[in-house]
Amino acid sequence: MSVAIHIDNVIKRYGNLTIIPGLTEEVHNGEFFTLLGPSGCGKTTLLRMIAGFNSIESGEIRFNDQCINDLPAHRRNIGMVFQSYAIFPHLTVRENVEYGLKLRKIPRDEMKKKTDRILDVVQITEYQDRLPERLSGGQQQRVALARAIVIHPSVLLMDEPLSNLDAKLRIEMRSAIREVQKQVGITTIYVTHDQEEALSISDRIAVMKKGEIQQTARPHTIYTRPYNVFVATFIGHSNLFRGRITRTGSSAAVVFNDGWTLPMQGLSSEAADGQEVIIAVRPEEFSIQPAGQGITCQVHSQVFLGKYINYGLTFPSEMLVEGQAAIEYSQDLGHAEQILSVGDTVTLRPNPAKINVFSADGSHSLMEGVVRNE
Amino acid sequence: MNKTRFRWDFWSGITLLSIAVFALFLIYPLFSLFLSAFQDPTTGSWSMANFAHFFERKYYYQSMINSFSVTTCVTLLACIIGTALAYFMTLYRIHGRSIVEICIVISLLSPPFIGAYSWILIGGRNGYITRFLAQYGIDFPSIYGFAGILLVLTLKLYPFIYLYVAGAMKNIDSALIEAAESLGCSGMRKVVTVILPLILPTLLAGALMVFMNAMADFGTPMLIGEGFNVMPVMIYSEFINEVGDQANFAAAMAAIMVLITSTIFMLQKYVVNRKSFTMSSLRPMQTGAMHGVKNVILHASIYFLVALSMIPQLVVIYTSFLNTSGSIFVDGYSLDSYRTIFESLGTAISNTYLFSTTAMLIIIFLGMTIAYLTTRKKSWLTEIIDTLSMFPYIIPGSVLGITLLLAFNEEPLLLSGTAIIIIISLVIRRLPYTLRSSSAILYQLSPSMEEASISLGASPLRTFFKITAVMMLPGVMSGAIISWITAINELSSSIILFTGATKTMSVAIYTEVIRASYGTAAALSTILTLTTITAMVLFFKISGRRDVTL
Repeated sequence: MSVAIHIDNVIKRYGNLTIIPGLTEEVHNGEFFTLLGPSGCGKTTLLRMIAGFNSIESGEIRFNDQCINDLPAHRRNIGMVFQSYAIFPHLTVRENVEYGLKLRKIPRDEMKKKTDRILDVVQITEYQDRLPERLSGGQQQRVALARAIVIHPSVLLMDEPLSNLDAKLRIEMRSAIREVQKQVGITTIYVTHDQEEALSISDRIAVMKKGEIQQTARPHTIYTRPYNVFVATFIGHSNLFRGRITRTGSSAAVVFNDGWTLPMQGLSSEAADGQEVIIAVRPEEFSIQPAGQGITCQVHSQVFLGKYINYGLTFPSEMLVEGQAAIEYSQDLGHAEQILSVGDTVTLRPNPAKINVFSADGSHSLMEGVVRNE
Repeated sequence: MNKTRFRWDFWSGITLLSIAVFALFLIYPLFSLFLSAFQDPTTGSWSMANFAHFFERKYYYQSMINSFSVTTCVTLLACIIGTALAYFMTLYRIHGRSIVEICIVISLLSPPFIGAYSWILIGGRNGYITRFLAQYGIDFPSIYGFAGILLVLTLKLYPFIYLYVAGAMKNIDSALIEAAESLGCSGMRKVVTVILPLILPTLLAGALMVFMNAMADFGTPMLIGEGFNVMPVMIYSEFINEVGDQANFAAAMAAIMVLITSTIFMLQKYVVNRKSFTMSSLRPMQTGAMHGVKNVILHASIYFLVALSMIPQLVVIYTSFLNTSGSIFVDGYSLDSYRTIFESLGTAISNTYLFSTTAMLIIIFLGMTIAYLTTRKKSWLTEIIDTLSMFPYIIPGSVLGITLLLAFNEEPLLLSGTAIIIIISLVIRRLPYTLRSSSAILYQLSPSMEEASISLGASPLRTFFKITAVMMLPGVMSGAIISWITAINELSSSIILFTGATKTMSVAIYTEVIRASYGTAAALSTILTLTTITAMVLFFKISGRRDVTL
């Protein structure tokens, strides 16, 4: 039986160090939920608290209505897939998969049926009598997945399961995992630091930083309507400009620091006339315009990527939020009428329907309808 | 909120059990020994009289100086020989390398006093070489005293250094050497500035083992030392001296000795901790060939060294088949010596196997569980257990024997004279080998393996026995075999703890040598040596290795 998971104001401390300062989240029944964040953000810590390998200093985690804080890990009925796979090296593939079933005293013929079926689902039937050391990384990964799923856990927990695989296998396994999860319908929590992986595999993503969830939303929302500047820059690339709001009557606009004004719709009512803001423009949200119809900059580098050309841009520093590694414009080669070269001066217009506006401290979005938790 | 709550489970039981074992059989005896060292033998009041007695008479304090000088010389010599051997064996192609390596390990694990006894047979007053040279009027230099101890202990202990340093040499990444060469460093300069510093922490660890072993060795100086008194012999003879109540004085000497060994131990730890670093080599150094005269000299030196270390075993095996008449060997070969020992010393043989096997089973259980506690369940309690488990390294066997005897000599803890007390001393003394190898393998096992099992619904205890223990087994067994080999060869504590019914082979060999029954001693030694070799073959099979780490 799959469950919904309620995480209620949980705190994790190691000595004086607080890793998670109080975190609340809901994971729906049957959902593929991803914890995404830079290393050290506490995502694995949270996962291991749910699994029962880390203690919970304060707060509560519930599976449906049952509080599991004091339930030892082996009685939580979880399936876990580890970064190192943790396949038992002294057992064959089949014995690894049967391990959890044996502990549940499943009758022999039923155990065989279940094992056969899951081996088939993850496509490792032909290796069932091998010892794990003779399997490739991808095959070991499939064994780990089968072993976790076959016991029909309430929750499937995955700790960066693909990080030890090569790029091609990673993409293949990604869809395999997604497929198997949908087929079995288990509530799944997946930890990764790879944003592409998270975007492609998840129903919802929670972006974490320093033990706090920055935003929880569907992949599309996370990318197009980030809740704050951290999410905007951590997921994909965002160029950050300084600017302010002007309002005349019912219409609103953002003014860049060079004085150019871009009329905008969809700003929230919180955005007041004259308010300082951060304007986040993704590299693909620019278009080349005649002089005077956008913001002007110089091209200082050009990288050809096949489908795209990436330009590195130079703006006057007072237009930008300080500390950005690069300001980029990526030009879709399919729609490029004019190829720029290094040294060119160019006028670019951000697409007002796509760009995001944040409060001046970057803490929250000023776009209508953008919430921290979707 | 809930982590700190005490749960009564298997592991807390094991924690308490191991603390109880160490407290009862190590701390309590040691503590009572120290107390009795500060007691006046006649009045029973507190005094420093025993220590004053020791430092007032040259006869006594000379033994400390002797111990110190001979131990230091043995350590230095063993370091030089062992390091040089490891260097050449690692970097050059040596013909018959595996035989050389096996011989080295055999000479390390053979009973300690067999060396002394065989060298007496060879170069003693009535030895083969002495008699042979006397025919031509040449005086063979005396093998007794300082020189004899130095010879025997160096030949017995340089393998420690060899094994340690050869292990470290294998961990040196050849990229480090290539980096040195690319910077223009070569030859001796490379050895001194790169290789030596890299192996220094390991060399110091080996040197400590050699120092502790040489310092604590009882059998060798007893047999070959003659007038050259060292502390373990002095402690032993004062302790078994029935005249007067010498236990307090022996206790004071034992206390002094433990003080010396623990000081050396701390000093070494301090130095090593400041110098330690970890190495793991992706590509070990390649072996090259030496050519011409140099190659001949290299091979000759290595073979000579190995022959020298193997001579004691060979002499013993050879003489065990000689006919004897009283204490002298006569012409002709027979199995008489073996017949004699099976008739009169059969219990010593069965005792040896019984005691050391029982001890090994206890050691395996304690070694596995304590290793698990100290690596996976870290807390201040397990920290204490970890420290306690190092104690046997610094307590000489004879001292441990005395402490146990003093502590368990009265009701309600009357154990003296029983097999139990010998088994206890074996467990305490030989546990560290198994403990170390068990912890080493645990550090290599990813904890996620256990978590996987728990996540699948196995309780932590079940996980330990079904997953962790099974995967630990190769490491545990290789340590256990070393524990067993050193247990069957144990002399220094057994010589104090044994009674007629609990005599072991080592003790029997010692008493036979003292009685000058060289034939039976040789036969017993042969059995011991063959057992050791068999166990070692088993060790190599189980561990799949070609070397021993201690």
